[in-house]
Amino acid sequence: MLKFLFKGLVRDRSRSLFPILTVFIGVALTVFLYSYLNGFVSDMIKSSAHYNSGHVRIMTKAYSQESNQSPNDLAIIGIDPLIQNVEKSYPDMIWTPRIKFGGLIDIPDRNGETRIQGPVSGMAVDLFSKESRERKFLNLDESLVKGRIPEKPNEILIADDFARRLKVAPGDTATLLSSTMYGSMVMTNFVIAGTIRFGIAALDRGAIITDISDIQKSLDMNNAAGEILGFFKDDNFDSKKAYRIRDSFNEKYKNSEDEFAPIMGALPEESGLSDYMGLIDIASFVIIGIFIFAMAIVLWNAGLMGSLRRYGEMGVRLAVGEEKGHIYRTLILESIMIGIVGSFLGTLFGLIPSYLMEIYGLDLSFLFEKSSVMITGVLHADVTYETYLIGFIPGILATVLGTSIAGIGIYKRETAQLFKELEA
Amino acid sequence: MSNSFLIRTEKLYKKYPMGPTVLVALDNINITINKGEFVGLVGPSGSGKTTLLNIIGSLDSPTEGSAEVLGNKIETLSHQDAAKLRNNHIGFIFQTFNLLPVYTVYENVEFPLLLQDIPPAKRIELVMQALEWVGLADRKDSKPSQLSGGQSQRVAIARAVVKKPELILADEPTANLDAKNSHNIMETMVKLNEELDTTFIFATHDEKVMKYLKRKITLNDGYVQRDENISLNNQ
Repeated sequence: MLKFLFKGLVRDRSRSLFPILTVFIGVALTVFLYSYLNGFVSDMIKSSAHYNSGHVRIMTKAYSQESNQSPNDLAIIGIDPLIQNVEKSYPDMIWTPRIKFGGLIDIPDRNGETRIQGPVSGMAVDLFSKESRERKFLNLDESLVKGRIPEKPNEILIADDFARRLKVAPGDTATLLSSTMYGSMVMTNFVIAGTIRFGIAALDRGAIITDISDIQKSLDMNNAAGEILGFFKDDNFDSKKAYRIRDSFNEKYKNSEDEFAPIMGALPEESGLSDYMGLIDIASFVIIGIFIFAMAIVLWNAGLMGSLRRYGEMGVRLAVGEEKGHIYRTLILESIMIGIVGSFLGTLFGLIPSYLMEIYGLDLSFLFEKSSVMITGVLHADVTYETYLIGFIPGILATVLGTSIAGIGIYKRETAQLFKELEA
Repeated sequence: MSNSFLIRTEKLYKKYPMGPTVLVALDNINITINKGEFVGLVGPSGSGKTTLLNIIGSLDSPTEGSAEVLGNKIETLSHQDAAKLRNNHIGFIFQTFNLLPVYTVYENVEFPLLLQDIPPAKRIELVMQALEWVGLADRKDSKPSQLSGGQSQRVAIARAVVKKPELILADEPTANLDAKNSHNIMETMVKLNEELDTTFIFATHDEKVMKYLKRKITLNDGYVQRDENISLNNQ
């Protein structure tokens, strides 16, 4: 019977082409939007992890309460033994210290007088260690616009947009005016090694990057850091694992009253991402729901038109003794076949732009120029295992739903009228 | 009366309410049809031929009285049981052939067997046998649109006989055919009636069909006006 129905679908294009086309379009859009949303979340997670909070982050309890202000007077002191400890306890993770700092950057003229000044938001990371992956996490090599990555002490990278505003170039000197961990004012001269474009508006407006040892020296933070970030070695965020590590770490210090005792946070709570991720999950359901609804309406109508066109066929089938329930089930079976074929084609075609967007991205950074959210301006899609299957949900559900509503008409056929109807 | 009857109706009525009045489509029909008969229900339009055919074919049920077909009381059958009766024991031939246009001749004839879950090898045998009976084995791969009216009706006959039913009901089977094709169709059905001992009941007012009938039941305004066996000499 299945073969018989399949032949009918293949040969009768009006029975299959329009519904398949409808499913195809809906599924292709669903797949693309789903992978786009996935990419959006994935970009958001990566950006937040790389530029802000890691997959997990260790701070002092006091620092964690005001972490958005980067209060280095509350930084962790004695980071080396702490890092050794977490490296031993959590070997799946890479641990790296960072210092976020604020201040003023002063650009002198030829005579050493201030030519221009600007507020700066700095990030001190491990640039020089061989095993450090910070260059990769911060995408420094690809983001470099002019000059080079710092190779020796007291060299900095500066955001390219910021450098233009300050009219500085690689090789120029810049003086950082900031305060030490103990509250004293400090001035440190740096040489601009290169300019970079982060692709994140909040950073491109006024960020500098320097090696952590320079800042530790400058801000009197010997063997101290504001934060120790932990990253999974494959750089893929796994929320369950992250929460497990956080809980196990915090368990050790839960009874400590010391406000400088370390505490660990996981990425979603640290970056306020959990709410976004929840919203995006809802958005995914809404999108799929809308497509199911819209496609079911269209396919319902297609089913009604089809049942008018196949009125004679249904009549003959009833007359030769096919039960109404059986006819109804074969219609559903046909719709499942249409749903599978349409979903397969739709998935295939939805994956093409998704893959292109995953590889090349879509540059919308001009929309985020004034944004302070840690999100990249180049949007990427993210094709996951689910992407291959997600389109089949609206594809098959909508065809089955549309057909099951349209097919109810078969139960209204009066067999007593068949001779008359079939001879009309 | 022995138990050899295939169909028996007793005090059979079919009434349709028409506003304040009631239209009596069948009025006290009492007939018995035995296995292997070649019967025509004749009469003018509105005489009740198709209504009686509907009831015998378990497509409709009587308002009053009884209709027993192949041991089944039509008035008590559920929709499912009526469908089973049609599927297993009754073949239908329509005036307008009603072949499924997207399927080949072979597949059209095969369709009733698919509903009976007959294994593929047996299906092939039965379909080819039916197509040979109607002389269309060489057209098995043709589509209905590639056939003439006469050929289409022969496919419809093959579809009706393929499951070897005890009873075939035909409503004006020659109405859309010319004289030559009508003759061929009737010859085919007579041959099947004689070779397979299948009972045929026609609803017709076509003179070309009349001369092949072995029994003629004339209906008028819903009642049996005349029920006559036609001897071979009269044909």
